Amino acid sequence: MTTPPLKDWPLWEVFVRSKQGLEHKHCGSLHAADARQALHLARDVYTRRQEGVSIWVVPSAAITASNPDDKAELFDPAADKIYRHPSFYDIPDDVGHM
Amino acid sequence: MTAPTDYLLQLADTALVLAQRNAEWCGHGPVLEEDVAMANLALDLIGQARLLYQHAATCIGGAASEDSLAYFRDAAEYRCLTLVELPNHGPRSGGAFSQPDYATTIVRNFFHAALMVTLWTELQQSSDAQLAGIAARARKEACYHLHHCGDWLVRFGDGTEESHARAQAAVDHLLPYTEEFWVPSPAELAAVSNGSAPHPATLRAAWDGDVNATLTAATLRRPVQRGYVSQGKFGLHSEHLSYLLAEMQCVARAHPEGVW
Repeated sequence: MTTPPLKDWPLWEVFVRSKQGLEHKHCGSLHAADARQALHLARDVYTRRQEGVSIWVVPSAAITASNPDDKAELFDPAADKIYRHPSFYDIPDDVGHM
Repeated sequence: MTAPTDYLLQLADTALVLAQRNAEWCGHGPVLEEDVAMANLALDLIGQARLLYQHAATCIGGAASEDSLAYFRDAAEYRCLTLVELPNHGPRSGGAFSQPDYATTIVRNFFHAALMVTLWTELQQSSDAQLAGIAARARKEACYHLHHCGDWLVRFGDGTEESHARAQAAVDHLLPYTEEFWVPSPAELAAVSNGSAPHPATLRAAWDGDVNATLTAATLRRPVQRGYVSQGKFGLHSEHLSYLLAEMQCVARAHPEGVW
């Protein structure tokens, strides 16, 4: 079993699904030598008080994030397009709850 | 059928003393994540010890309580296994200074957890219903401890030259103390005779299987055992227990009516 030296342990993002929740939610990150150890340590660091019933760990390096500097061009144009929300349609009564 | 009080105390003392040893790493662990993991392991053991002391205190009756049993008995009254009271480092001579050694901690906890997984499994069938209930809960914790420590043992053994050497030294140092597991104490024999516990020798095959498989995966050698049997569960302890108890008990003894 090849365990990298401590200084080279990669960073992992931890996602936990709570008892009530349907989806895994990001709850933090940790360092671990490999995926199996990351799961173990995530259990100890993030689910000590019965927070979860399922854990995902993902190498932080595998996540491609949007650049905060691009915030204006990515997100601002959506702010004034209220017609993109379905609030202008009358829903027929027999459709029921949507 | 209630388990003999001395048997409950043997289980409780072993859990509490190991918890105290493991807690020495709190804030000093090799990495933050493992520091938290080892503290969790200690807290699991304290939880087990509390349930066992509460059960024992009810059996003893009178003024006995979990606190009186944990904090107001001296080393000679403790019935913990010698393995769990040894320091978190290897043997040393005279006043030589020793750094705490994580391999020693991991090997100790691995040997102990492998025992407790089989013992708690059997104790689920105890004629003592309360002990059976404690066993059902503690077994899950012991399984996790065995996984966690077994995982580290393989990483150490099958790791670098240094980690392998330290893991092997810890195995060589600690394995002889596991002989004590299998030699029954009077409390264990009394528990066997009223159906509240298995004979310890019957657990050995399962323990050997678990330990040998992990040592092989870790590329570690199992040393030959030579017949020395430590006697912690008979109340004859190493020189280390009284210092551990002094640290653990001093606050409760300085403030005997204290509430926290």
